[in-house]
Amino acid sequence: MRRIGDAPLIRRLLIATALVLSALFLLLPLVAIFAQAFSQGVMVFWTNVSNTFTLHAIGLTLMIALLTIPVCLVFGVALAWLVTRFSFPGRRILQTLIDIPFAVSPVVAGLIYLLLYGRNGWIGSWLDTYDIQLMFAWPGILMVTIFVTCPFVARELIPLMQAQGSREEEAAVTLGASGWTTFRRVTLPNIRWALLYGVILTNARAVGEFGAVSVVSGAIRGQTNTLPLHLEQLYQDYNAVGAFACAALLALIALLTLAAKAGLEWRASRREAFA
Amino acid sequence: MSQLATWRTGSTRVLPGFGLSMGISVLFISLVLLLPITGLFGQLAELSLAEYFAIITEGRVVASYMVTIGAAAVAALVNAIFGLLLAWVLVRYEFPGKRLLDALMDLPFALPTAVAGITLATLYAGSGWMGGLLEPLGFQVAYTWVGIALAMAFTSIPFVVRTVQPVLEDLPAEVDEAAMSLGATDGVAFRRVILPHIWPALVTGTGLAFVRSLGEFGAIIFIAGNMPYETEITALMIFVKLQEYDYAGASAIASVVLFVSLALLLAINIWQGRFVRRLHGGKG
Amino acid sequence: MTLPTMFRRSLIAIALGVTVSGPAVAQERELLNSSYDIARELFAAINPEFQAWWQEEHGEEIAISQSHGGSSAQARAILQGLRADVVTFNQVTDVQVLADAGLVAEDWQDAFENNASPYYSTTAFLVRKGNPKGIESWDDLVQEDVDVVFPNPKTSGNGRYTYLAAWGFAENEFDGDEEQIEDFMRTFLANVAVFDTGGRGATTSFIEREIGDVLISFESEVNNIRSEYGSDDYEVIVPPVSILAEFPVAVVGENAERNGNSDLAQSYLEYLYTEETQRLLAGFNYRVHNEAVVEEFADQFPETELLEVDDVFGSWDEAMETHFGSGGLLDQLQRR
Repeated sequence: MRRIGDAPLIRRLLIATALVLSALFLLLPLVAIFAQAFSQGVMVFWTNVSNTFTLHAIGLTLMIALLTIPVCLVFGVALAWLVTRFSFPGRRILQTLIDIPFAVSPVVAGLIYLLLYGRNGWIGSWLDTYDIQLMFAWPGILMVTIFVTCPFVARELIPLMQAQGSREEEAAVTLGASGWTTFRRVTLPNIRWALLYGVILTNARAVGEFGAVSVVSGAIRGQTNTLPLHLEQLYQDYNAVGAFACAALLALIALLTLAAKAGLEWRASRREAFA
Repeated sequence: MSQLATWRTGSTRVLPGFGLSMGISVLFISLVLLLPITGLFGQLAELSLAEYFAIITEGRVVASYMVTIGAAAVAALVNAIFGLLLAWVLVRYEFPGKRLLDALMDLPFALPTAVAGITLATLYAGSGWMGGLLEPLGFQVAYTWVGIALAMAFTSIPFVVRTVQPVLEDLPAEVDEAAMSLGATDGVAFRRVILPHIWPALVTGTGLAFVRSLGEFGAIIFIAGNMPYETEITALMIFVKLQEYDYAGASAIASVVLFVSLALLLAINIWQGRFVRRLHGGKG
Repeated sequence: MTLPTMFRRSLIAIALGVTVSGPAVAQERELLNSSYDIARELFAAINPEFQAWWQEEHGEEIAISQSHGGSSAQARAILQGLRADVVTFNQVTDVQVLADAGLVAEDWQDAFENNASPYYSTTAFLVRKGNPKGIESWDDLVQEDVDVVFPNPKTSGNGRYTYLAAWGFAENEFDGDEEQIEDFMRTFLANVAVFDTGGRGATTSFIEREIGDVLISFESEVNNIRSEYGSDDYEVIVPPVSILAEFPVAVVGENAERNGNSDLAQSYLEYLYTEETQRLLAGFNYRVHNEAVVEEFADQFPETELLEVDDVFGSWDEAMETHFGSGGLLDQLQRR
């Protein structure tokens, strides 16, 4: 049976257009990053990457991402469960509130945290009397990172769980399964790809966030400098090669997560095929 | 149908975890999202209504709305077409490199915006690979309005692709087989049969891309040129106010972007809800 | 199942990492210097010298951390709780903001010599090889075919100096005739090809993107750029009239006290006035006050008439308000 767009001419034309446009629009920037990073050879790239400050920035960035993901995961699943499995007044508003981070420009996101938790903010000034400092230290970076990344998991899960409906879970519960078992055995297998994709987006954004972090970080080299901030500083110091070396690292982290996702998908599809 | 209806209304009682998920969600939203936002309104409270309107309607700021909205609209439109094409190709066809192309779609999300900005500016400036090709043809991208739209389109393309893709995947083969068997041409069949199905997803994705573009700063600032009245975006106006220690002014402009974006997002959510309801047979 | 265990493991690893590295860092005293964007190389050179000097004098090993950013953003961060012990800025107003908030002593400008500005600079031009447009002074910049690049005065202190220098020149040239000055400034601003948010962004536009005929920035900066990107391709022009750009320093009293660094902070800033450091500063193309060093580097810094902000504009506060504030002269001149 022939489907729409199956005519060989249309097919080839569409594929060719898609490939050419993606190559120009998406692939070329990626190539440019690596081309710039290695423009002075592998050694220079390595010197830039193995610099103490760069290494510290990599460590801090990864730590922030690793702390952000579980928080966003728990929240995303809870919220998706809530708005797709129950109907209650205010559901739609709750669902829109979660989009606030999309609507707030990252610089403003940093600012609002600063205004609240900074030395003059009403929570910040209270913490200050106990000598607790959140802003301009890693907890502040973590807080704004959670703010900007928290919608991703929920946003991925909600449409899917809405479309799937709750019949399977209800059946499981009716048959006597506990809530936790139902979630693990019934819900989780159904949503794992969306969950994984949400985690990947969260991770990508957490690793790469610049605007919000730059406001609350203080950018102290070797202490509160994340990789994107470090990159910008190198760029400002006429060290374009060093900056693009960091950019290449960030792109590499991105590519690795994407590869991990593809690999897991492939393994799962093979398992399904055998079963 | 009646069985489905009972299940749906009865779900509140059958499934556990309402309290727990409600608790986590409300606590998180209050602490992480709403509490900081009150800080923004705290700043706004320092302004009288007249001052507020004077700030948000100042000539240069209004010009920046125009630039931002215009460029975001163009970017969203381009993304709607390009994103639809990509989603279609990825779902419907098999070809070498498909996996790679699929993975590439997430790149703009994965790439830090500042990196995207620096890279795009490098590529499209007169001395760059793309700019070197385009500028002799009299087509300048970097430091113009086109550059802004380009950066916006780059950072928001995944929204369209990733929203349309699953819907296209779920579309049963019978739908277009039926259309084709009636003898319609590909174009007509696509418009009459496919488009109505994916329309809501396309609008949602395009809307999200548009909202994202309104707030984008890092990727744009390097390629914009930042000329007053011509290539200044609203996010830059906020940044300028911050440099002047004018938190209230920054909050005022930020609140405009926030309200517009939230209104759009609410509209998208309602639209999405309608769509889902229609899928479930008009009930709920 | 595997995902949660993975997270748990990484969480433990992080927790361990944090506790292990925590105390190791806390042992030596640490001074935090909050500085402007383009001073990274400078303080990377000065800090080891000071550390060695302090070690010799007091037998104590200390650490110095640097935080760099736009001068205003840095001051804002300190207002909101960044615990910097000293500030080394390129904007008098940004230190004044801290003084107004009580973080810096009211009389900070008297705390160190030369208005608490251990070094200074002025605004100069960088042109392309052979100076094809024949640019020598400010009035060459308003010609129709000249494209100018300098950072946005709204977001950059560097850009503000350029604006004020051009204004000061025009005021001399037209004997204070407001209308002519504003005409001059309007043409000057209309010749700007790109407004980057900061000085280094403007440099990138001019050098890497090859935009514009002239880059205007600090004299120190254009000289550094020239040596960085090849002295054959660019020329530095110091106009006969320009503006005095001070680089003020101050101890952030409250923070230094809290960190137990008051003595260290004071010595650190005093150290900037020593002959060795002044020589180092001159090596970075900053103008200094130490007479021996001035003589040594006389060739490097052409004589030029330096206007002072206080003389031309009354005070920094007045200049900020009338020119750069919302709806101020800059906004009016750029209005369409």
